[in-house]
Amino acid sequence: MTLAQILAVTIFVVMFLLVVMDKFERHHITLTCGAATLIFVLGLAMHSGKAIWETLNLNSFFTLDFWYASEETATSAGINWSTILFILGMMIMVEGMAKAGFFRWLCLELAKLVRYRTVPLFLAFMLLSAILAMFIDSITVILFLAAVTVELAKLLKFNPIPMILSEIFCANLGGSATMCGDPPNIIIGTSLGFSFIDFLINTGLIAAVGLVVTILYFYLAFRKELSATNGRPVDPAAIPAPESAIANKPDFIFSCVIFLAAVALLATHSITGLTVSLIGVIIALVTLLVYWKQALDILKKVDYKTLLFFVGLFMVVGGLEQTGVLELLANFIGKISGGNLMVMVAIIIWLSTFVSAFVDNIPFAATMLPVIKTLAATQGVDLSTLAWGLAIGTDVGGSATPIGASANVVGTSVASRNGYFIDWKTYCKTAVPATFIVITISMLIIFVRYC
Amino acid sequence: MTKQIIIAIGRQFGSGGHYIAEKIAADLGISYYDRRILEEIAEEHNVQTEYLEKYDERRKNVVLSRSVNGHSNSIGEILAEMQFSLLKKKAASGESFVIVGRCAEEIFRGDERLISAFILADREDRIQHISKQHSLSRTKAWSLIRKEDNAREKYHNQYAQFKWGDPNGYDLCINSTRLGIDGTAAILEAYITERTGAAKL
Repeated sequence: MTLAQILAVTIFVVMFLLVVMDKFERHHITLTCGAATLIFVLGLAMHSGKAIWETLNLNSFFTLDFWYASEETATSAGINWSTILFILGMMIMVEGMAKAGFFRWLCLELAKLVRYRTVPLFLAFMLLSAILAMFIDSITVILFLAAVTVELAKLLKFNPIPMILSEIFCANLGGSATMCGDPPNIIIGTSLGFSFIDFLINTGLIAAVGLVVTILYFYLAFRKELSATNGRPVDPAAIPAPESAIANKPDFIFSCVIFLAAVALLATHSITGLTVSLIGVIIALVTLLVYWKQALDILKKVDYKTLLFFVGLFMVVGGLEQTGVLELLANFIGKISGGNLMVMVAIIIWLSTFVSAFVDNIPFAATMLPVIKTLAATQGVDLSTLAWGLAIGTDVGGSATPIGASANVVGTSVASRNGYFIDWKTYCKTAVPATFIVITISMLIIFVRYC
Repeated sequence: MTKQIIIAIGRQFGSGGHYIAEKIAADLGISYYDRRILEEIAEEHNVQTEYLEKYDERRKNVVLSRSVNGHSNSIGEILAEMQFSLLKKKAASGESFVIVGRCAEEIFRGDERLISAFILADREDRIQHISKQHSLSRTKAWSLIRKEDNAREKYHNQYAQFKWGDPNGYDLCINSTRLGIDGTAAILEAYITERTGAAKL
């Protein structure tokens, strides 16, 4: 290994450990490590101004493909600005929707629709979680869903833990179905030039099968807890009306329209040629225009820390890519798989699952992306097959433990803060088998369909 | 007592801090909280106190915990937040109380109602006390003392500006070996009288 490679790996490992230790703000860690990569790895060790410029990737803003692409194009290495802009746009849209009361209204309306009966509520919230997470970040989905679940549990006297655990799993599974459902998918999609439809007909199909199995699994796992409380008389007056969630009716209607327009733009972006970067900018601008009075407030609430975390992370991974370290890893996987696509898929999907169960899946997906690109190029296998394996492994693998994905942390936190404590044992008892089942089924689908 | 006071007692394991705090509360006729604060939380949320006890005054496990936008999956951290907010609620209601541990001197730092103290003791005294209380050999007692002190220190330092036992973080630091439980409590009560200006406690 060269000095540059040793330095790049050291910085990456330090970054990973610091992120896991959770002692400092995540964005401070990745930005500092990103700066160290640019200075020490690309600057001092490689003496390559070109590599620094490629990693910063600022020129992408000035290319037509970044905003409009007649056909799907893959982005170059370095900071994936498409991902950053798209997530920023979604954050602004979601903030506007939350302000208008959209999510709380939707949860309460659905609960009313199933007449507040525990089992139908359990099934409906699982479905709602999966469907919403296809388009909206899973943190927001779980934040609202878990809060309403706890509120209803207190009123209807049922144990909300089974519901919250199922909702978390479905949010992560739903996120795997689309390009915008989970950050690893956005990174994979923008980097490899996949469209929303590409994800929907590939990982979407796998997620749909997984969802049917998941619903059945969680119902069987929790049927005793659910039947213990089902059928209790409910006083409708005690339950908050869905309309009470709507702070302002015109704002609420606008938020619904913006959300549906965003879904339509995403679903048709391969036809219209609008890139996810442009869609992100459009939905952000429209949201800010519609809620112009609260625009400053909405902008202040944007999670800039996560965006900066991404920027730093892309720089560190860019260092690994520029120094060729990831090629070494790809060659290693190629060697142990003996060029067999099935073995490669199995390695990628289970490695992604295991790693994502314990550490943030975003750095892992960003790191593995150049690896699967190299694997496909050197072993002559289909890149998209490896990409679907990576997407499913990172998205669903995160469901296995309370720290595997952001939605898990938020969901368990909302429950525990309300006195429904979810410890590791309670969480993993159902989540680990569910993850294992869904990942196995996903792998088999990939084997049958693509290998 | 007419003037509201919040007495926060930090303590080394085996220093007798618990008994000193209890005596001060009894002498002043005010509420005493240590494990009771946990019992109140357990009762409110209908959970077993024993379940919460294993997370009480324990630092979060950095490997098994993660934070996202102000949310944490660590039950220890959530329980600590619950205790802090319950103590603040009690203080806001005008209640005077003695609270042992729970980073209370940090929660109420800057509050003029706060009087804080840290109780320490000589090693030999602590070993004697713990080996007698838990029927342990000297070696095992010292091992338990170190383990508990370490846990308290880590928990405290996770939330507090000053380190556990750092004299800068408390109004008083006192070695209970010198004057014993009653003598130490008497000194602290005299200090409280001086601070609050009460003629008679």
